[in-house]
Amino acid sequence: MSVTLKINGETRTLDADPESPLLWALRDELGMTGTKFGCGIASCGACTVHWDGMPIRSCQTMVGDLEGAEITTIEGVNGKAAKAVQEAWNELDVPQCGYCQSGQIMAATALLTDTPKPTDEDIDAAMDGNVCRCATYARIRKAIHAAADKMEA
Amino acid sequence: MLHLLQKPLEAPKPSRRTFLKMSAGAVGGLIIAAKMPNAAKAAADAGEFVQPFVHIRPDNTVVVLSKHLDKGQGTANGLATLVADELDASHEQILLELAPSNPQLYANSLFGVQGTGGSTAMPNAFMQYRQAGAAAKAMVVSAAAKEWGVPAGEITVSGGVVSHSSGKSATLGELAGLAANEDVPAEPALKTPDQWVYIGKSFPRKDVKNKTVGAPNTYTIDFNREGMLTATVARSPRFGGTVKSFDATEAKKVAGVVDIFQIPNGVAVVAESTWPAIKARDLLEIEWDDSAAETRSTDAMMTELKDMTTKPGLKVREDGDVDAALDASAKVMEIDYDFPFLAHGAMEPLDIVGEFDGETAQFWFGSQIPTIDHNVASTILGIPFEKVSINTLWAGGSFGRRAQGDAHPVSEISFLLKAMREAGMDPRPVKIVWTREDDMAGGYYRPMSAHKIKVGLDGDGNVTAVKYNIAAKSIIKGTAFEPMLMPNGVDHNMTEGASDTTYSFPMMNMDQAFQETPVPVLWWRSVGHTHTAYVMETMIDRIAKETGKDPVALRLELLKDDPRKTNVLKLAAEKAGWDTPLPEGRHRGVAVHKSFGSYVAEVVEISFREDGTVKVEKVTAAVDCGVPVNPDNIRAQVEGGIGYGLGAILRNQVTLSDGYVEETNFDTYESLRISDMPEIDVHIVASTEAPTGIGEPGTPPIGPAVANAIAAAKDEWITSLPFTKAGLV
Ligand code: FES
Ligand code: FES
Repeated sequence: MSVTLKINGETRTLDADPESPLLWALRDELGMTGTKFGCGIASCGACTVHWDGMPIRSCQTMVGDLEGAEITTIEGVNGKAAKAVQEAWNELDVPQCGYCQSGQIMAATALLTDTPKPTDEDIDAAMDGNVCRCATYARIRKAIHAAADKMEA
Repeated sequence: MLHLLQKPLEAPKPSRRTFLKMSAGAVGGLIIAAKMPNAAKAAADAGEFVQPFVHIRPDNTVVVLSKHLDKGQGTANGLATLVADELDASHEQILLELAPSNPQLYANSLFGVQGTGGSTAMPNAFMQYRQAGAAAKAMVVSAAAKEWGVPAGEITVSGGVVSHSSGKSATLGELAGLAANEDVPAEPALKTPDQWVYIGKSFPRKDVKNKTVGAPNTYTIDFNREGMLTATVARSPRFGGTVKSFDATEAKKVAGVVDIFQIPNGVAVVAESTWPAIKARDLLEIEWDDSAAETRSTDAMMTELKDMTTKPGLKVREDGDVDAALDASAKVMEIDYDFPFLAHGAMEPLDIVGEFDGETAQFWFGSQIPTIDHNVASTILGIPFEKVSINTLWAGGSFGRRAQGDAHPVSEISFLLKAMREAGMDPRPVKIVWTREDDMAGGYYRPMSAHKIKVGLDGDGNVTAVKYNIAAKSIIKGTAFEPMLMPNGVDHNMTEGASDTTYSFPMMNMDQAFQETPVPVLWWRSVGHTHTAYVMETMIDRIAKETGKDPVALRLELLKDDPRKTNVLKLAAEKAGWDTPLPEGRHRGVAVHKSFGSYVAEVVEISFREDGTVKVEKVTAAVDCGVPVNPDNIRAQVEGGIGYGLGAILRNQVTLSDGYVEETNFDTYESLRISDMPEIDVHIVASTEAPTGIGEPGTPPIGPAVANAIAAAKDEWITSLPFTKAGLV
């Protein structure tokens, strides 16, 4: 089955099993490996991408449901919030192993796009689905606040 | 058509002999640079300086090769900090790379083979990488002196620029080719600590940028080779089971499946990409032979362990007649503890890429003990060691999971590559992907354990004797490490942190007993300390409670012979305001522990939510890990180590029901999440002692510190982990 959708602003046609999760289509068919596999059951957030700006779990999003969708991945995420997030992540040396961080950055970018000045509670609510086994959470929280400040400046 | 190996083979374990052989020659003098081999000569002609740890390229980048696997702990950057400092390179020009398997060049000087673990990277490499940087600098300076016709002593290097008062100056890159032709100094002069520009100061992590943009080819799971296939393996759902028979008819129908092979530990589905390999594996029908498998539940296994702690075991420490001393005591406290199996749950599940053309083999993965992996691959494939190469890739976490004494991933892929070849397939690279379920239900757990302690007190509340019995499966016994690490039959990995305590008890005896089970067990971030620190540090608080003493004061009294532990304890207590009153609803707990040469004290502040569950609000930590090479990374590792330990202590356990794993993914093995993460404040002692590791030592104190805070609040002592069992999570 072939599905036509936009990925990072480019029109792409995926010739894949409609039951295939978007995650594997991105990684294996399109060679975009920034989006990570962590659990496959929507429990860790490593595979987070944006669908029309909303953070979704690509491991539980089937290719067959994506006709006409607009998907953004870590390779293409852009704009004020994304830039501020990536800068803050670098300044605070957030990543350790780094494997969860594509997903963290996608989730944080979606949060800041919606809520430019999030409280700690907003951060907990938006980021609780993103596991970091290296437990970089304290720095993720600081970096989100720092990114919010950057966006204001 | 299915290709079955004639008979399932046992993966060879590296024998004692091969292990010793692997180690031979690797121990001894530290390698800092090599005499010009041909490849380096050719590189020099091309203007490049190539030495085992440092490459200086004509484009003025300086590559520092880490002989240790970086799985997030910042080792590659830490070793680069040492080289950059001694070489006086700039932060901007440094690039990090992970060294391939090569035991001659890249052995861990504490292991004798190439390997990462036990928080040894910095302690074993501190002098070596500084010397490597200093040697490179001396060679650059010597080359510049000849080129400019000035005395070497008048040349300075700073921020990657080599200069002379005459106005001559050049970059490291410009001098690289000439420097490569200089003699390697045997003992290059090292800087004195007051001359350090990065060590002890700041050297931000050079691997962060890639990790914030989803850069390609960072991790094994991302690695791609022309024509690469992807495989999944169906392994026995019970530990120790083997394939009796299988039917792959339905699996073979999945589009994208290339072939299916039986290998010693299961059935491998080889496909053009990941999704068909996962989908088809679910359609395999396999009958397992469970005759040698573990079929017990963890409850039954724990009953056995507890029983073992009631009987004399192998003597680990024997100060005297402990039973008599306990008999003569005014009071004896007896406490039983039990700890569950824990999965590492590294964010990147296991994976490995390999290819084999019949004569040579190449692998790409995050190998934690490359020398063993290398040896196992060459044995299985039947080709010489030199015909195998292992390229090291960054790992998305490990926490010990990738440090397998049995080299099972490389063994699995080697059998698969061999089977593919024997079936007449064209040699194509293949990647084995573990799903989360494969990884989590696949064993190699932190061993479950039972502990029984008896503490005697005299009439004045002083400790008279401690008797400690521990039972668990040994991580070391039966592996290649046994001869090296269990010379007297005693497994110190199991008892570290207890048998070697510096609390000045008049008498302490410790016995250990080994459980036998096919469930594979492994080092898990901080190993024996994950349970011994919990026992020792909650025991101290119980003694304090029993004798009406302050927990910090009692520790200081018992630690009179341990100045460094005393120091971190005092520092953490002071920074946390131990003696100041707490706001309503807050409670404090403390723990201090030494592991892997580093000292960490943690004071926690907790509260209880309305539903009675515990919330850890704040942790104040004090750390002495010798010279703090990269203070910000030390803070990061302590933050992460605390989070990792806290998640486990709160709610993690792997249980078996009739031998089947019950927690197979993050829905049931629930990770710590951002809403659980306390505020963490890390204070680093400005030590001048030799540096010790920091990947693990932050983990052991957090569990007991939280348990002690709970006991301070509710007089309830948690002795059976995790806390979910006590209804506190
Ligand atoms: S891989 Fe999709 S949420 Fe974990
Ligand atoms: S940085 Fe390692 S899992 Fe988040």
